Amino acid sequence: MMPPGSLLSRRRVLTIAPLAGAAAVGVGFWAMLAGMGRGSFDPHDIHAPALNRQVPPFALPDQAPGHGFSSADLGAATAPLLVNFFASWCIPCVIEAPLLISLKGRLPVWGIAYKDRPDDAAGFVTRTGSPYARLAADRPGLTAIDWGVSGVPESFLIRPGGTIAWHTAGPLTQEIIDRQVLPLAAELRR
Amino acid sequence: MRRLLLALLPAVLLATILVGPALAVSDPAEMLKNPRQEARAEAIGSQLRCLVCQNESIEDSGADLARDLRHVVRVHVAAGDSNRQIMDWMVVRYGDFIRLRPRLTWVTLLLWASAPLALVAGLVAAWLGMRRRALPPAPLEAAERIRIAELLR
Amino acid sequence: MLSPELGRFALALACSLAVAQFVLPLTGAWRRDPRLMATAPALAFGQLACLALSFVCLAAAAIGDDFSVANIAENSAIAKPLLYKITGIWGNHEGSILLWSLILALCGGAVAWFGRTLPSTLQARVLGVLGGTAAGFELFCLFTSNPFDRVWPAPVDGHGMNPLLQDPGLAFHPPILYAGYVGFAVPFAFAVAALMEGRVDAAWGRWVRPWAVAAWCFLTCGIALGSWWSYYVLGWGGYWFWDPVENASLLPWLTGTALVHSAIVVEKREALKVWTVLLAIGTFSLSLSGTFLVRSGILNSVHSFANDPTRGVFILGLLALVIGSALLLFAIRAPKLSAGGTFAPLSREGALVMNNILLCAICAVVLTGTMYPPFASLLFGSAISVGKPFFDATAAPMALPLLAAMAIGPMLPWKRAQLAPVLARLWWAGLLAGIVGLAAARGLKGVLPIVAFVLGVWVIAASAASLLQRIGHRRGTAFRDSLHRARMLPRAVFGAALAHAGAGVTVIGLAAMSDASHAIVAVHTGDSVQLAGYRWTLTGLADAAGPNYRARVATIEVRRHDHLVTVLHPSRRDFASQNQTTSEVAIHTNGMADLYAVLGDEHDSGPGKDNEHTAILRLHYNPLAPWMWLGALIMAIGGALSLSDRRVRVGAPRRARNAVAVPAE
Repeated sequence: MMPPGSLLSRRRVLTIAPLAGAAAVGVGFWAMLAGMGRGSFDPHDIHAPALNRQVPPFALPDQAPGHGFSSADLGAATAPLLVNFFASWCIPCVIEAPLLISLKGRLPVWGIAYKDRPDDAAGFVTRTGSPYARLAADRPGLTAIDWGVSGVPESFLIRPGGTIAWHTAGPLTQEIIDRQVLPLAAELRR
Repeated sequence: MRRLLLALLPAVLLATILVGPALAVSDPAEMLKNPRQEARAEAIGSQLRCLVCQNESIEDSGADLARDLRHVVRVHVAAGDSNRQIMDWMVVRYGDFIRLRPRLTWVTLLLWASAPLALVAGLVAAWLGMRRRALPPAPLEAAERIRIAELLR
Repeated sequence: MLSPELGRFALALACSLAVAQFVLPLTGAWRRDPRLMATAPALAFGQLACLALSFVCLAAAAIGDDFSVANIAENSAIAKPLLYKITGIWGNHEGSILLWSLILALCGGAVAWFGRTLPSTLQARVLGVLGGTAAGFELFCLFTSNPFDRVWPAPVDGHGMNPLLQDPGLAFHPPILYAGYVGFAVPFAFAVAALMEGRVDAAWGRWVRPWAVAAWCFLTCGIALGSWWSYYVLGWGGYWFWDPVENASLLPWLTGTALVHSAIVVEKREALKVWTVLLAIGTFSLSLSGTFLVRSGILNSVHSFANDPTRGVFILGLLALVIGSALLLFAIRAPKLSAGGTFAPLSREGALVMNNILLCAICAVVLTGTMYPPFASLLFGSAISVGKPFFDATAAPMALPLLAAMAIGPMLPWKRAQLAPVLARLWWAGLLAGIVGLAAARGLKGVLPIVAFVLGVWVIAASAASLLQRIGHRRGTAFRDSLHRARMLPRAVFGAALAHAGAGVTVIGLAAMSDASHAIVAVHTGDSVQLAGYRWTLTGLADAAGPNYRARVATIEVRRHDHLVTVLHPSRRDFASQNQTTSEVAIHTNGMADLYAVLGDEHDSGPGKDNEHTAILRLHYNPLAPWMWLGALIMAIGGALSLSDRRVRVGAPRRARNAVAVPAE
């Protein structure tokens, strides 16, 4: 009871289809796992479209021990700078702090304390050695939303003139700083 | 089901965000006084994904950021913005990730087409199978004919 | 005596036995060596015994607070109640893999025990496939997720367990859910064995169906229990979130439901054979991929995989091996399976085909929606979300024609049917559904809920009608005759009708829940709130102490027309050791609706109100909410009833002698 030849081949195609589909999905998963291992694929990355936009308008008050700043200050900057959202209650921020300090003299870092009590934030900054050239407080957390911040820490590299050149959600690492932040900052300075 | 997630991932620590306890009882003070506006804000909020949680809308989430976003939505609703304007405001800041109902684009075409495609594929497969069965059996081969003749003898 | 080392040894021994259970019987079936084939049941029992011993060892360590075992130290604590020390065994990755393996071994033991009447080659092959799968998971457990690893120095106390998990509903959820997931390994093994034999016939359909029905019952209960847990534990009145983890359990349920139905066609009509084999493979593949990809970090939370990349790679390799080889065998062998019987589109078979198309289409949509975000990110680099609004708009409407058809399907005769006589028998069901629907339409908002409500009633009424038809009850029939016929009717008929009615009950509950109402209020003690015709009064706030937490308990009196309906005690629990707060929902149900209260934060009321706090309450009125889970329970009972059918109990039928087999291997 063999079906005619043409049908047989169609049947063959239909029975191979599940294997082919599963294999394609499996290769996809493998690529994802490999990407996650390398850090090139993050299924939880929000891809907030921050790049190449003018920073949103804001004016934030002082956060001791620094001075607050506004979008106008960023727009008036003549050299690239890094804006870093942080909080004293955020553990990755503690880990990130020494890296920010190591940037001193190479790239100015302006900090925004996100939803933090002023005393806590001041204590945190002083303890870690004050990496911030300017320091503002965003207690309601609404400026952060305007920037598309989904958590702390998040860092933005700002061009002279106040547009966002680069952005990362999550803690900076030595590798990110050496491979991405500093070369880009050098390019922007030229 | 969420238990599974919690059960299987020991020590669910969110790397970059401190999520508040899952108490989704928000403060009534943050609700709009006008019930129609509040209903509209809830409808918009249920289409917006909480960015730091699993798959919840900001209306369902107890996270701090979700509370702030609820507040932002209500400010915009009270200011008379349209649903579309509010959604666009969010997408400008957080990208398409924040839409729980993805927009129809080239990227999501296959997603939105999945329902009709699956139905059509099923019906076509059933129709093909049905037609195949309806075919008359293949004519007997010479050897088979001889064997039948022998058996009948 | 029951040391972790013994547990580890027993696990390794079980793994060796599983490898033997894979190799020996399959070789025996291939070389037609009855002595090799006969080893299969003994090896399956041995593997089960070893795994049981291994599990008991882990349980002993958990109950005995042996914190030198890393797994116990990380997930348990001295202060944890005994019940949760036991159920906590499977409340973490390592332990749950061990439970998974144990259930798989139980399935092997069950096939060895209940399958004694199977043809010896088929039983040997089924057990061989189960053994190979089990060996994979036991290797995974041994090498990347060993629950018996020790720590030194041993901590004085453990880290404790996530308080959200310390709940009786949750405690027994994983075993039931896993019994469902893993249970589908048996139909899978039958399908692979059939492909090896090159033969699928009516007898195969009859053998495989009870296993599929049993797994389906467990999975149905498991999903319902999980949904119920999120309803009363997470505390925002929701019951289904279309979360990847939830979808991972729904996918095999959908294809499993399709399998339970298509196997009927194989059994009765020897049609849909290739398709049924594919469904059996697909259902277990979805069970495996769902549960394990959830752990890989792709679909879901960030972490467990990132900590241990070998684990994700091992899982993927295992999936590729199990699923890939089954599908490869399918691609080679399926075209050679003989074609099935013919039938008209309008027939019982046709209705079952329709059922399969719709269920699989829903499954395809849920699968696409669940997998789309990571693939969009991988292929197009764009981050998108696919959430509840998408699934509500696409998957839910596809269930409606399914409901409409499932009422008619069981009344159609096989091969060729006429619609008119069936509809003539269903007129009163349609009338009833119409009347109830019109009544419901006044209460419900939105087209989808009203249509769903009407169809739910229609399905229940039609299930009753199909039973009445089978017992020949119509005007003029003596009641005694009908009763006699009912007694003679196979239990499977009652089971099917009950399961369909259960689906109707669930749908009615889902439809009614669209009309749920809630209020979030800030009240002082003594204040009242009106919601859904009830007056809710906060009468007190008090502190209380639990075994490992401190609680804040509110007392809410609910009155209707000044008549006290119930007193609710929602509370908030602070677990100091985990620095976590959980909220305990208070629910009062009368079967027709849930009154549901959650206690939120408290604030000082400000000046002028000394010692008075404002408590924030979230109050819900959820009409017919219990029906959603009651329906699932009825479905599972229906499945269990059909399992108790005489035809299943009596044992396996003999294979038709004259069936033409394609030579195997």
